[in-house]
Amino acid sequence: MTEQGDPVAARATTVAAWKRFFSPENRYLAPAFITSILLVGHLSFGILESYTRTGLAIAASLVTELILGRLFIGKWPNLASAYITGISVGILVRSPAFWPYALCAMVSIMSKYVLRVKGRHIWNPSNFGISVLLFLAPETVASLSIQWGNYLLPMIVIWILGSIIIYRVRRFHITATYVVCFILFALLRSLLTGSPWQSEIAPLTGPMYQLFIFFMITDPKTTVRSNLWQSIVVAIVALVEMILRLDQLVYAPFYALFLVGPVALLLQLWFDSKRAVPAGARA
Amino acid sequence: MARILLATVFAGLILSPLVIKRLSSERASAKLDRRSALARHGFYFEEVSRAAGVDFVHQAPTLDSRLEHIMPQVASMGASVSIVDFDRDGWPDIYVTTSKEGAKNALYRNLHDGTFQNVAVEMGVADVNREGTGVSMGAVWGDYDNDGYEDLLLIKWGKPELFHNDAGRGFTRVTDQVGLPPWVNANTALWFDYDGDGLLDLFVGGYYDENVDLWHLASTKMMPDSFEYAKNGGRKYLFHNLGNGRFEEVSEKLGINSRRWALAAGAADLRGSGHTDLFIANDYGVSELYFNDGHRFHEVGEQTGVGFAPKSGMNASFGDILNQGRYSVYVSNISEDGVLIQGNNLWVPKEGTSGEHLQFENLARDFGVELGGWSFGAQFGDLNNDGTLDLYLTNGYVSLDHNRSYWYDFSKIAGGHSTIISDAKNWPAMEGRSLSGYQSKHLWLNDGSGKFIDVAQAVGVTDTYDGRAVAFADLWNRGVLDVVVANQRGPLLIYKNTVTPENQWVEFALEGTKSNRSAIGAEVTVFWNGEKQVQEVSGGCGFAAENQRRLHFGLGKNPQVQKAVIRWPSGRIQTIDHPAVDQMHAVKEPQ
Repeated sequence: MTEQGDPVAARATTVAAWKRFFSPENRYLAPAFITSILLVGHLSFGILESYTRTGLAIAASLVTELILGRLFIGKWPNLASAYITGISVGILVRSPAFWPYALCAMVSIMSKYVLRVKGRHIWNPSNFGISVLLFLAPETVASLSIQWGNYLLPMIVIWILGSIIIYRVRRFHITATYVVCFILFALLRSLLTGSPWQSEIAPLTGPMYQLFIFFMITDPKTTVRSNLWQSIVVAIVALVEMILRLDQLVYAPFYALFLVGPVALLLQLWFDSKRAVPAGARA
Repeated sequence: MARILLATVFAGLILSPLVIKRLSSERASAKLDRRSALARHGFYFEEVSRAAGVDFVHQAPTLDSRLEHIMPQVASMGASVSIVDFDRDGWPDIYVTTSKEGAKNALYRNLHDGTFQNVAVEMGVADVNREGTGVSMGAVWGDYDNDGYEDLLLIKWGKPELFHNDAGRGFTRVTDQVGLPPWVNANTALWFDYDGDGLLDLFVGGYYDENVDLWHLASTKMMPDSFEYAKNGGRKYLFHNLGNGRFEEVSEKLGINSRRWALAAGAADLRGSGHTDLFIANDYGVSELYFNDGHRFHEVGEQTGVGFAPKSGMNASFGDILNQGRYSVYVSNISEDGVLIQGNNLWVPKEGTSGEHLQFENLARDFGVELGGWSFGAQFGDLNNDGTLDLYLTNGYVSLDHNRSYWYDFSKIAGGHSTIISDAKNWPAMEGRSLSGYQSKHLWLNDGSGKFIDVAQAVGVTDTYDGRAVAFADLWNRGVLDVVVANQRGPLLIYKNTVTPENQWVEFALEGTKSNRSAIGAEVTVFWNGEKQVQEVSGGCGFAAENQRRLHFGLGKNPQVQKAVIRWPSGRIQTIDHPAVDQMHAVKEPQ
């Protein structure tokens, strides 16, 4: 009997297909999700500065990855990660000029090949590129810091979908820890500064944070290994962000991750090497 | 080796923004030296308001106490300037608004000797900010009854007012007779004859919802519901002039139905169709462009490219910047280093597009007029009479404490969801902090080939007030454009222009007969030395401003003027062959 003739089997096949799609092994899950965010945001509200600028960021990212991958790894690399970087840059960078999009994408990808310790890159690529650009070219570049439209529904859809995907790839604890910490620190900031608590929570409701919490802080390549330490590190990111916010830094989340992420990773590498030495000695 | 090369390229890329910044800063202009300014740029300005007897200082209103914590940014508009020859003596006069409850607007009569006299009280157009009626936000002049004298429409956060000009001897309030609405929180208005019937019609754009009384708030949920997608602003009004001293509101009937937060509007025949199109620059959202087919308006913002990326539109002015006989549109927005780089828009007609298929592309960056701080009013005009239109931009939002900025808190709330941003009580207190304050102004000189160079400091535009409205006028009939700037909580500035006498000019003062008598909507195209430039008589443009009615053309050195072609709003074409230069030509529409 064929599956076409058996509704139970057909349903099982469909479920299996969806499970495969939402499985941690599916490297195209995150690219598909970020593309859907882009499409929902742009078709609903026109969030992009322009198609050409976003396209430029994606193209620059993919081309840089292809060239560097071929040159330094000796094979054509999988482009899923570079695509996420390019599209993140295309959404998050806000500039009327074209060059920041290409430059940010190229710097982001190159950072993976240049800034390496023991074979690992230590910064999330787009976090590195955007932080560098915001720091060095503030007269030309800003980041997406506004709301997408007035409607709650698309936001809720993105939050739910993002949470499901992040859960399936076993990184939901990172996002959840960060969100809880952000809210607690926002309330603390409100107490310290006297600002309305709503204004302290407000950034979390914006699209910049959706990209930040779903894609940047959860990046498998630049987070530490154990779930517990991942949660601790991301809580420290939120703490550093709060301190930077008290100093009124607009792009506090990017800078906080820029500062904390590599330190955590370097510490892990250092501990790993300390552990490896006695093991080697025993051998 | 390859890794070293890669690291070098990487470092070079990271440092490239610093190199770009260095190159840009080298282009910054120097301080004023009149002789060298005249030699290098062909003109310079002197600020002469006091010497001219003008000591007007704008004052801001005090709104509902529940807005106290953010009062400086809510009560941040109302300084306006409009140029009018209200007494038909051939010399431009100046009307300026203030916004403090009970304070008086001023009408400066030109005394022909370099000075002005405030005659607003005796003319009956001063005491217009009485408690309970709202406060002034702007004024535009148009001869709505074709009696030869320009009448005054005053827009307010409050009750709009229309004053009939009684032959230059005084004004009569006719608001109640003409049928204006009881309350509009308006920041923009303009006169234009949209249907070509020879009677001036009126557009008024609401900012806050007209149901909001900013002195007696029913709710603090009156702020925009999004920083870039807000649609909870004031409605738009299009008043059709019925010709019997009354107007009929027809906006919805004719296709104008928007609740975006309008801050500036301009009208010009962008397609050469003979019908005046309407451009609206909206705060907290995209601009809107309405094509006029003579009967209805059609919103084509997205189709033409101007209504795609949402920004904070605060100005709409038109200029034939490339001497091609086509208008570009300048829309001002917000740029603050490291926080928000919207960039101003210079919408230039795309090559190969015209008519119904007209499209625009933003060339502000390519032309060098993109970054202007928290930009407000701007105007195009040939300030050095070299034959190309220059661009003057004023800016600066709230100048309070020099050393403390509100930007961080502003950016927090701007990123919040509509339920947070739309409620004033959620906004952090300003506590005396500045928000894009004390900004240097921009005066971009057009080199005629698509590049503008900022020479503001070099030619004497050195103020750092919170600029709002800019208006151009040949105040003393010398054949040069002077600049009048209205500043929020600041003085009215008059920049008197001195232009090298080598550069020549020609001016046209038009009077309609079949067309509306103000000739608003009439176009003059001057052909000289193989160039042509078009300008249109405007009934209000820029931000809260109206230029002089007459059109001023710079012609450069030794011009050979072939002709001037006038297209009247009635459709009649009139050609003046070889008009004399360095003269103002008074032209009446042929019967």
